Amino acid sequence: MNSVELITALLILGGAFLALIRAVKGPTVYDRVLAVNVFGTKTVILLALLGYIGNRSGFLDIAVLYALVNFLGTVALLRFVESRRFFQ
Amino acid sequence: MSDPVLLINVILLVIAIMTAIAAMWTRDLLGAVMLMGIYSLLLAVEWANLFAMDVSYTEAAVGAGAATILLLTALTRTGTREKEGPNFHPTALLTVLVTGAVLIYGTADMPRFGDPDAPATVNVAPEYIAQNVGKVDAGADGPENDFGDHVPNAVTAVLASYRGYDTMFETAVIFTAGVCVILILRPLASSARRKTAQSQEDA
Repeated sequence: MNSVELITALLILGGAFLALIRAVKGPTVYDRVLAVNVFGTKTVILLALLGYIGNRSGFLDIAVLYALVNFLGTVALLRFVESRRFFQ
Repeated sequence: MSDPVLLINVILLVIAIMTAIAAMWTRDLLGAVMLMGIYSLLLAVEWANLFAMDVSYTEAAVGAGAATILLLTALTRTGTREKEGPNFHPTALLTVLVTGAVLIYGTADMPRFGDPDAPATVNVAPEYIAQNVGKVDAGADGPENDFGDHVPNAVTAVLASYRGYDTMFETAVIFTAGVCVILILRPLASSARRKTAQSQEDA
């Protein structure tokens, strides 16, 4: 891992941390949903970067899976916020 | 810190601990569910970093995906505010600390990472690698196959042959749990349907 890659990884982690602060502070539920979504995206990017650094192609599969799971979670959260119930 | 990967691991774990504390501290249960989703994603990255790809897959799919939806479904029956009360429980903290100390004490007896003489690698693992598990003598007039009468994949041999009953009843347990969840949630679904039917009659 050279210094450019390390700095990139640290910047992504910093961005993820900022999203985490927004998720904790809120204040509205939409801030939180957006923060969780941003955090998921940062995770995907971080995984892809770590896979590139370590030359491990298996990381990309996991990154794609995370993108899907993140989307699923966001949709479930927004459905809950909209109607407060899932079965109707 | 000399090792950059170690530095990233440490940062990930510190953020994970902070997320867990925030999830416990908040009174807003919907926010806590979201923080638990973030926590699962962080742990999944950490597992991938430790080369545990299967655990990472499971953590992402179950922890961040299914558990979030399950907790939200629970919130539809309970409400999204935690009851007012003391935030600090000394007995619970003591229990957690003692359990953690015992677990860390237990790791002292574990063999070194990657030790070839570790009990896990000298007991039955050579049998799996030699593909002797699940070997069936088909006899001279048995069906012909290319695998020399053994299960061709070591993982399949362990999961479907050596632990066949374990896997089968695991499936039964998960099926039972799914049926229970559906039974708990069903009245809500049917009452909602009745309400829609009623409103259609009114109209």
